Amino acid sequence: MTVYSIEQRAQNIRGAVIKMLLAAGSGHPAGSLGLADVFAALYFRILDHKPTKPDWPDRDRLIVSNGHIVPLWYATLAEAGYFPKSRLVTLRQAGSALEGHPHRGSVPGIENTAGPLGQGASLAVGQALALRLNKSAKKIYVVLSDGEHQEGQTWEAYMAAAKYRLSNLTFIIDRNNIQIDGFTEDVMPLEPLRAKIEAFGWHVLEVDGHNVKGIIDACAEAQAIYEKPVAIIAHTIPGKGVDFMEFDPKWHGLAPSSGEAQRALRQLHTLQGRISAEHE
Amino acid sequence: MPNMSKAVQYASPRNGFGEALVTLGETNAKVVALTADVAESVRLTAFAERFPERFFDVGVAEQNLMGVAAGLAVEGFIPFCAAYAAFNPGRNWDQLRVSVCYNNANVKIVGTHAGLSVGADGATHQALEDIALTRVLPNLTVLSPADIFETRAATLAAAAHDGPVYLRLSRENEPIIFDSKCSFTIGKARLLQKGTDVTVVVTGSMLAPAMIAVERAKSNGVSAELLHCPTIKPLDEAALLTSIRKTGAVVTVEDAQAVAGLGGAVAELVTTKQPVLVWRIGVRDSFGASGAPKDLYRSFHISEKDITAAIMTAAVKKR
Repeated sequence: MTVYSIEQRAQNIRGAVIKMLLAAGSGHPAGSLGLADVFAALYFRILDHKPTKPDWPDRDRLIVSNGHIVPLWYATLAEAGYFPKSRLVTLRQAGSALEGHPHRGSVPGIENTAGPLGQGASLAVGQALALRLNKSAKKIYVVLSDGEHQEGQTWEAYMAAAKYRLSNLTFIIDRNNIQIDGFTEDVMPLEPLRAKIEAFGWHVLEVDGHNVKGIIDACAEAQAIYEKPVAIIAHTIPGKGVDFMEFDPKWHGLAPSSGEAQRALRQLHTLQGRISAEHE
Repeated sequence: MPNMSKAVQYASPRNGFGEALVTLGETNAKVVALTADVAESVRLTAFAERFPERFFDVGVAEQNLMGVAAGLAVEGFIPFCAAYAAFNPGRNWDQLRVSVCYNNANVKIVGTHAGLSVGADGATHQALEDIALTRVLPNLTVLSPADIFETRAATLAAAAHDGPVYLRLSRENEPIIFDSKCSFTIGKARLLQKGTDVTVVVTGSMLAPAMIAVERAKSNGVSAELLHCPTIKPLDEAALLTSIRKTGAVVTVEDAQAVAGLGGAVAELVTTKQPVLVWRIGVRDSFGASGAPKDLYRSFHISEKDITAAIMTAAVKKR
């Protein structure tokens, strides 16, 4: 799939996320929109996976540690063909398998349970050790938020991955600078984040999290680092693609009203007014 | 029931765990072991030397310990993650709840040094709350064997069970009650002494003091029935109800808080199935202290003397 097609998929996924949050009446738009390009790059280029065989043993694993962005995960899986898109609007409804935070096995393609932050990193270290014991050449990718780097457990996992030289493990950090209570550097500063992770014995790359080709190239470069685990700091814009959501911590965990959703969808369909939408 | 007033031999239940794990390592390539800087204390050294590629020491990081174990489990391994119960599951309960239990990951959590049996290290290291913490978690099985041989059998049973298991072990050298042929069925209580007046329900290292108390009650004319519950969850409800319907009174005994543990489980059972009075022997809403375990059992009122007194009271006051 071409980079341009992947970018188109990311826009489709963003639109689905807005519709899901509107239907649910709650959820987390900022991170979900901000990571859409990363998720599209993962599922339409980087990961070796089979949407019709979610349990294929030889698949690459994607672990999502910041579980609150699960609307994006569901929308991406549906876009990739794991399950029908019609199920997406059941998000957070009673009786739906589309839980408000991901639960392993509840929906095809959901690899891990997450919600309490900081747990995905440790889980992935265990899976990376397991793949090595099984002599598998497959990779473990983990998406983490920047905010969950305030959890001590995340750094416990960094230490363990470095100790065991888990070169089959790649972290992708959503560096969007916001968390629930405001900007990360106001709530609890993370910088110098790159230097901290390097000091923990990891190889660190930085990338524009909205540059699909850049994300793909960074993951390819990570494969070439065989003596250390790799962390890719993806600099993203929270709420990317919807101007009134971008950069505003308010949208970390707030669903749009129906008027806001309409404005958001119009912007997404027209790439923020730069092109005219076919339906208009 | 073995006669506990005669000279008995002592051994650490932890040794039973360590020996069983080496056996498992030999017979099952999927069994792996993890610890958090306490390999020798939790008796993992032999496994680590024998199977270095299947042993992981994550350092003083119990949250990561639980998470890494969960990761190994979802990929098909059978991880035993062992550390002091005060920290595992005390420190990493959230990881136990979400990464292990909600995931239904096949992790075996081994909490050693549980209860006042820790002794000299004192209150911070004496897990009195771990039964309560684990008993409330869906999908989790809770085991609390009494001696070295029962611990060995419980370890093998935990490995064979598909699902998360918490294995609670004391620190002390405990009297040897069972023998090397001891078998273990998860969910089954052991009827060790038949009686008619009072049912004594006990778990873990308190079995030996409870046996002594039952003997003393007998010499005082009270016939106590002794049920040992090495499985706290799922509780052997059938065995308990059969006994309670006969005796009409219960004394529960555990080296843990007197609320929300084994006594709590029994109290919950009888209120819905067979209302009778329940006397709970356990630590009464306080932290532990440093000292020899025998002395602590007396000062915290969970010694054989306290158990005997509860049995005698129950026999008189039951309705």
